[in-house]
Amino acid sequence: MTKLFRYLKKREWAMAAVSLVFIVAQIWLDLRLPEYMSEITILVQTEGSVMSDILSAGGKMLVCALASMLLAIATGFFSAIIAASISRTLQDKLYHKVLSFSSEEVGRFSTASLITRTTNDVSQIQMVFAMGLQLIIKAPITAVMAIMKIQNKGNWQWTALTAGAVVILLCVVLFLVLFALPRFKKMQRLTDNLNRITRENLTGLRVVRAYNAEKYQESKFTDANNELTRNNLSANRALAIMSPLMSLVMNGISLGIYWIGAYLIDAAGMQDKLTIFSNMVVFSSYSMQVIMSFMMLAVIFVMLPRAQVAAGRILEVLNTEPTQKNGSVTTSDEQKKGEIVFDHVSFRYPGGEENVLSDISFTAHAGETVAFIGATGSGKTTLVNLIPRLYDATEGKVLVDGVDVKDYDMHALRNKLGYVSQKATLFAGNIKGNITLGDNGKTDPDQAAIQKALDIAQASEFIDNLPDGTSSDVTQGGTNFSGGQKQRLSIARAVARDPEIYIFDDSFSALDYKTDRALRTRLKKEASGTTTLIVAQRIGTIMDADRIVVLDDGKAVGIGTHAQLLNSCPVYRQIAESQLSKEELAR
Amino acid sequence: MNRHMRGPGAPAKGEKMSVKGLTQLYNFCRKYMPAVVIALVCAVGGTIFTIIGPDKLSELTDVITSGIVTGINFDEVTRIALTLAVMYGISVILSLIQSQLMTTTTQRISQNMREEISHKINRLPIDYFNKTTFGDILSRVTNDVDTCSQAFQSSIISFVSAVVLLVGCLFMMFKTNWMMTLAAIAATLIGFGLMTLIMGRSQKYFIARQQQLGALNGHIEEAFSGHTVLRVSNAEKEFSDTFTGLNDSLYNASWKSQFLSGLMMPIMGFIGNLGYVSVCVSGAALAINGKITFGVIVAFMVYVRLFTSPLSQIAQAMTNLQSASAAVGRVFDFLGAEEMADESEKTARLENPTGQITFSHVRFGYTPEKTIIHDFNETVSPGQKVAIVGPTGAGKTTLVNLLMRFYEIDSGSILMDGVDLKDVTRENVHALFGMVLQDTWLFEGTIRENIVYGKKGITDQQLDQVAKAVGLYHLIHTLPNEYDTVLTSAVNISEGQKQLITIARAMIENAPMLILDEATSSVDTRTELLIQQAMDTLTKGRTSFVIAHRLSTIKNADVILVMKDGDIIESGTHEALMAKGGFYAGLYNAQFAEAS
Repeated sequence: MTKLFRYLKKREWAMAAVSLVFIVAQIWLDLRLPEYMSEITILVQTEGSVMSDILSAGGKMLVCALASMLLAIATGFFSAIIAASISRTLQDKLYHKVLSFSSEEVGRFSTASLITRTTNDVSQIQMVFAMGLQLIIKAPITAVMAIMKIQNKGNWQWTALTAGAVVILLCVVLFLVLFALPRFKKMQRLTDNLNRITRENLTGLRVVRAYNAEKYQESKFTDANNELTRNNLSANRALAIMSPLMSLVMNGISLGIYWIGAYLIDAAGMQDKLTIFSNMVVFSSYSMQVIMSFMMLAVIFVMLPRAQVAAGRILEVLNTEPTQKNGSVTTSDEQKKGEIVFDHVSFRYPGGEENVLSDISFTAHAGETVAFIGATGSGKTTLVNLIPRLYDATEGKVLVDGVDVKDYDMHALRNKLGYVSQKATLFAGNIKGNITLGDNGKTDPDQAAIQKALDIAQASEFIDNLPDGTSSDVTQGGTNFSGGQKQRLSIARAVARDPEIYIFDDSFSALDYKTDRALRTRLKKEASGTTTLIVAQRIGTIMDADRIVVLDDGKAVGIGTHAQLLNSCPVYRQIAESQLSKEELAR
Repeated sequence: MNRHMRGPGAPAKGEKMSVKGLTQLYNFCRKYMPAVVIALVCAVGGTIFTIIGPDKLSELTDVITSGIVTGINFDEVTRIALTLAVMYGISVILSLIQSQLMTTTTQRISQNMREEISHKINRLPIDYFNKTTFGDILSRVTNDVDTCSQAFQSSIISFVSAVVLLVGCLFMMFKTNWMMTLAAIAATLIGFGLMTLIMGRSQKYFIARQQQLGALNGHIEEAFSGHTVLRVSNAEKEFSDTFTGLNDSLYNASWKSQFLSGLMMPIMGFIGNLGYVSVCVSGAALAINGKITFGVIVAFMVYVRLFTSPLSQIAQAMTNLQSASAAVGRVFDFLGAEEMADESEKTARLENPTGQITFSHVRFGYTPEKTIIHDFNETVSPGQKVAIVGPTGAGKTTLVNLLMRFYEIDSGSILMDGVDLKDVTRENVHALFGMVLQDTWLFEGTIRENIVYGKKGITDQQLDQVAKAVGLYHLIHTLPNEYDTVLTSAVNISEGQKQLITIARAMIENAPMLILDEATSSVDTRTELLIQQAMDTLTKGRTSFVIAHRLSTIKNADVILVMKDGDIIESGTHEALMAKGGFYAGLYNAQFAEAS
């Protein structure tokens, strides 16, 4: 938690310092109030006091109160700014850190976890900075200063009483920490569980109904619901003891001090009686302050561990160094433009035991189409991911335009590529913004270029049917478009980049055969000099490629054309037979 | 998940608690009303003791002060102190009873609400779920129910006791001394005027903060989820700029709202002190004139504190109730949504049908404006394998939805062995069909639970038999706990293997008819071969409907129905259709045509 302090800027440190002074001053003022009160008490009690004395004491007390309020407001102002600043800084650092991560680091943390860390965890920290820090400073100072005030006014009876009350309250808090806190922590897990079961029922709606399994699902939900309720009940019941006990102790203290006071006054000598009486009034109010500040401390100790966890999770991300180092090459061999070479490339995930890719070698010359086929999990996607450096090869080299991809400035490397991922990703905004996304080192595509990209991707028909054309809105995640439409839009995005090399990672799967074919025909015509890498499931999509690489368990078990592979590669033949008829195979 | 979407008719946030919502809530909670009433009585009782307390304490002070010179009357002191002690004791018992009762009640009510929502999900027509997002329903089960229960737990009691406290305080203060009461009220009102002014202004920053927070979180979610695309498109700068803009706006809204809400405490404190001083000064003035005793001042000091707290409590409770009203609205909106028609009076049952199905002039549209299926006619003979093909949007899945009665047809009829499916219960229809869908739906539980899925009396032998049939036998027996292995994201099974489990599930169900809707499209072709074999075993002797993207899957069907725009345009076997050279042949050949 304290490690987060280094993310505070100079301005915020200055504010924190000023706040500290203000807080001390405010406490001092607050603790003066009961003194004025006692002064007024004595004035009232003493024969022959003048009204003006009382008024001046009252006036001073009011000034004190006003000044205290102003100081508190100023402190609140500073702590609001400090909290918002730390939240802004952390969010900014986290966001840019994550953008600098390669897919490997993102995979290690998981996207969902990174999102939670950047949003919820930072909010937690902001809360602590906004409220907690003030309390952390305020509570002990108040306790110490209040104790100092009453140390010579009190007597052992009153002191013992107050100390006893503090001990009782701390015991109650301790009980809550030990009993209720674990249950509150468990609550989250049980709620997640309940959510999971509900989500299951919702996603499997048709299956649940088709199998007449409504009762089965509901009974699972009931069990989870009962468990959650049982847990919540015991946690909340324990918590509900707190406030009645608090007020009992508070009330008991006042009563006790007065009750004991009566005997003390009676036993004292004549001249001391009045002093003891006014001390009694003062003591009872200061003892409240002491108890309150101990309570605040207890609250902090409940709050801190959670913030501590959040801080740890944030720092874990911030302290992770991206494994990929950026290179410096921005130019490449013009002679080898558009050429991709895999030179004995192997890949395994960090910590993984087995190679995902083993000893892959092939060359794609400028303008050629190379396709990759193989069963799910055979390593096709991993292979093409090495080209834009989403991952780095464990052994061997990947060369683009004759230069090792690791030597490139990533920006320059990616300017050469038009990559379409397996899962079509659209961002909130409009169609145009999604097509022109990012930078390709050239001027941004104009309307005509966008139109052409949409044409090639077979997307212009449905875009033209939208009332606002390319200015039409895209919702978050592109949920207002169908799977096939999203896929065509992400292809158009790659086309608009006007790249040297296309990489299509199973990007045609949601298209029907006719659209798939029309798209590839157009692409071939428009981008004849462009190297194209295609990962696919359908033989039909790839059978006309210049070269087909057949992957099985991360190994290239065959490289060649459709006709060659049918004869030479049993794995390819099997795949082809499952999709084509005898006559088609013979074609 | 699109969180901007709200369910149909969900009330906007901040709407006032409606009478309808309150009535619904009351009806829902009716059986807990005795407990709530007892809790309220306890709260009122406890509050009354809180009010009388200071009065007694002032009596005690008076006894002490009057005895300073002459000697204290200890009988009196003991009497008053004991009374106070007893009062405090009763008060703590009352508030303990109250808080335990309320906690239990609210938790039970939330439990019932969640239970109701869970049952409701299965009673709503499928169509309902096309109009809302899952996230929306999930947030009703958890967030909205929690908001309701929290408001219920804290607000109602604190509202009632605050009102009692306020009235009681005023009563006691006026009873004790009206002049000092006026001074205290005046001081408090000044402060509250100030606070209302500030709070009114701060509202817009709170709203702004919520909005900015939503916008920023949305952006972060989007950027991180689209991490790969963003990086390969060199769009880091573009995103970073947007982010910085959003982050700055959030910063501004955030510190302002934080600061303004932080004003509350200091101002409250000052009001307390202001009241205090006014009481002291006016009290002292009166005391010097001998009009009141010092005990009155002490009592008043406490009253002033008591008096300022209920005002803020009432304000707080009102805010809570307001935000809860939106949540209550959303929960009861969902619970009140129109359910599928009641079928309890349908007595007809179809048992062991031959599997002959007749579609006669079936007409259907998801919305009245747009008819998807126009006039569908077809007769399927028992035991036939029927394939349905056609371009996206042709109505293939719709046909299955109608067959399963997930949706009700607009006109026409679907007959099975001459019985209209409308005349039997949905439950009966569902029992007649086994179903395998495109998305491999498995739940977190053991493999056994996933395959057996609620069916009773399935032996391990039967499981083994099915596992062998779908080619899962080897895999399952290599897993550490075999059939009792729990399927979580940690267990490494492929998409294809998941699909095989759902096929095994259909085999165990052993229904007389089968529906396979794109059951193999998410697996590679070699796994598909395996699944194909499993499915061929499964469909043997049963009337089955197969929808497939990959035409290779359905070449061996007894009849292929080619659909386009909601109607059948061709039908026949693969060979016949290819020979005909129509739409189907075009579709089929498109798979292999070279891009030229």
